[in-house]
Amino acid sequence: MATLLEVQELKTTFSTAAGLVRAVDGVSWDVAEGETVALVGESGCGKSVSALSIMRLVAPPAGRIESGRVLFKGRDLLKLSEPEMQRVRGREIAMIFQEPMTSLNPVLTIGRQLTEGLEIHLNMDKVAARARAIELLGMVGIPDAERRIAQYPHQFSGGMRQRMMIAMALACNPSLILADEPTTALDVTIQAQILELMRDLSRRLGVAMLIITHNLGVVARYADRVNVMYAGRIIESATAADLYANPRHPYTLGLLRSVPRLDEPRRSRLAPIEGQPPDLTKLPPGCSFTPRCAFKVARCDKEAPSLEQVREAHVSACWEATRLTKQDAA
Amino acid sequence: MSEALLRVEGLKKHFEVGGGMLSGPAATVRAVDGVDFAIRRGETLGLVGESGCGKTTTGRCVLRLERPTDGRILFEDKDITGMAEGELRAVRRRMQVIFQDPYASLNPRMSIGDIIGEPLKVHRIVVDKAKREARVKGLLSQVGLLPQHARRYPHQLSGGQRQRVGIARALAMEPSLIVCDEPVSALDVSIQAQIINLLEDLQRNLGLTYLFIAHDLSVVRHISDRVAVMYLGMIVELADRKSLYEEPLHPYTKALLSAVPIPDPRLEAQRERMVLRGEVPSPLKPPSGCVFHPRCPIAVDRCGAEIPPLREIKPGHWAACHLV
Repeated sequence: MATLLEVQELKTTFSTAAGLVRAVDGVSWDVAEGETVALVGESGCGKSVSALSIMRLVAPPAGRIESGRVLFKGRDLLKLSEPEMQRVRGREIAMIFQEPMTSLNPVLTIGRQLTEGLEIHLNMDKVAARARAIELLGMVGIPDAERRIAQYPHQFSGGMRQRMMIAMALACNPSLILADEPTTALDVTIQAQILELMRDLSRRLGVAMLIITHNLGVVARYADRVNVMYAGRIIESATAADLYANPRHPYTLGLLRSVPRLDEPRRSRLAPIEGQPPDLTKLPPGCSFTPRCAFKVARCDKEAPSLEQVREAHVSACWEATRLTKQDAA
Repeated sequence: MSEALLRVEGLKKHFEVGGGMLSGPAATVRAVDGVDFAIRRGETLGLVGESGCGKTTTGRCVLRLERPTDGRILFEDKDITGMAEGELRAVRRRMQVIFQDPYASLNPRMSIGDIIGEPLKVHRIVVDKAKREARVKGLLSQVGLLPQHARRYPHQLSGGQRQRVGIARALAMEPSLIVCDEPVSALDVSIQAQIINLLEDLQRNLGLTYLFIAHDLSVVRHISDRVAVMYLGMIVELADRKSLYEEPLHPYTKALLSAVPIPDPRLEAQRERMVLRGEVPSPLKPPSGCVFHPRCPIAVDRCGAEIPPLREIKPGHWAACHLV
C-alpha cells in the first residue's frame, strides 16, 4: 500500500511560564492508504499535539511547530498557505475528538453542521447537501435521519453525538481521519458499538485512520500498527500483533503489565510503573524513562537511545531492547 | 455486632425534575429504584454499571448525602435512613468517601497539610496543633507521600499524588467504611495500578471495608470480593467475584463483559463480540417489565410485562432475569 501520510522529525513546543515544553520532540511515523495506525500513550506524552500539529491547529503564540515535515500525498502540509491548508482540513483529513458535545455547535442543527462543510468544500447546493447529510446519518446508524437532522446536539445522547461526529468526519470523503480518544467519554457497551462502526466504515470506504488512545485494549482489536509514545517521543513501533506478543521497550512492557485483564487469572497484586512521567520542561539528558525503568543500565542516564530495529518491522528506543523478553514482565 | 457492616434494603431515590415555567411538566427520575445489598466487615463490594445506572446515587444515599425516597440503610447496626444532621455527624466519621476527580474535590487555596488536618480539627479529634501536624505527616507517609508535601498546594501535585491526598483525608477520620466512587478512572493506567495497590494495602492493614463504585470491569474484578451489576436503577446480578466473572448469568452482565477490550490482538481476532443494540433508556421513562428487555438479545414476551425479581439462583449468586 502506498504511503498516505508521512511525519518526519516533527517537533512542537509550547512556551509556558515554567519554561519551554517539548510536547512533541522529533517524532517520525507514517500511515499507508486505508490503514489503521494507533498512537498510544498516557496524558501529556504528546499524542494529541501530534495530531493537532498535522492539522496545523497548534495555537500560537505559545505553541509552535519548530521543525519537521508532514508529507500528505507527497505535499508538505507545513509549507502550505493558510487558505490551502483550509482546503485540506475537513476535506482531505478529518478529525474526531474525545468529547463530542464540546466539538459540536450547540446552536446549530445537526443538519446544518453536516451541510456546512459540504457546501463549502464540495460546492453542493442546499438540496444536494441535505440529501447527503441524511445519507451520512443513515450510514453511521442514526435511525429516523429525516427527523433527526432538524434537531440540536443536546437532543442527542453521547453515543449518538459521537456517531454524528463520525458522519461529519466522513462528509467530504476524506482519505484520512484523525480520531483523538474517540470512545474514551463513552460507556463500554457504546464504545464497542462506535469502534465496530468506525472499523466497518474505514474498511468499506477505504479511509485510513489514526487512532489516538491511552487504552491498549482498544488498539489491540482495531489497529494494524501501533506507535507507543512517552515524553514527546516514539519509544516503540510495531505491528499490533508483534507489539503485544513481543514488546521490546520497558515502558510498553510496564503498560501491558499494569492493567488488570479479564482474560487472565486474577493476580494477587498489580504491577504499576513506579514514579511519575517526567516534567517536559526539564527532561533528563539520557532516556526520559530511566527514572522509572526497571531495566536501566549505566549509559541510560547519559545517552538517549534512538529507535533501532529489534525484529522485522519492529523498532524500539532502548539500550537493553534485545535483552527484554515478555517473560521479564511475568 | 452483626456480620454486615452496611445493609441496604429496598433503597429508592427518585428526583423530581421539571415543573418549572420553561421545563414542561414535572417528571420523576427513578435514579435508584429498589436496591438491596449488604457489605461484610473487611470486604470490598464492587458496584458496576454504565453512566446513569444509579451507582453513584446509591453511594451518595449510603453516605446520606442524599435522603432516600424509600428503603432503609443500616450502618454499624444503626438505622441512618432518617437520621438528623446532628446525629449524622458522628456516623460520618465512620464512613468516608474518595471521589473520582481528586482535583475537583480538593480546595485549591488550602495546603495539603490543611486539607488533611482540617477534619481532625473540625471533629475535635486532634485539638493540639503540633500533634495534628505530626498526625498529618503520619497519614502522608501511610499513602506514600513525603512530609514536605504538607506545605504544597493541590495544583503542585500530579493526578496520582492528589488522589493519595484524597485517600489520606478519608483515613484521617479512622473510618470503617470508605465509599470509593470511580477512584482511579481519571488516572493514567500506570498510576491506576499504584492507587489500587495502595487501597488494597490499606484495607489489609487497617481492616477497612470498601464500597467500590466503578465502570471498569477489569479493575472491579481485581479489587472486589463480591460484585453487584446495576442497570437503570436496579441490581440485575450480584455474586462473588469468581462466579460473576466466570459464570455470569444475566444477559446484561454477559454483554458488559464481552464489550471489554482485551489487550491481545490474537485473542481479540477470535473473540465473538456481543454488541448490544441501542442505548440505555431514560430513567424518566423506564421500560415496562424487565428494564433491560428492549436491548436484551434473548428477551421473550414475558420480559416486557413482568418485572423479574432478584432471585438466588445458586448459593450466593443472585440474578434478576426470567430466563435463568
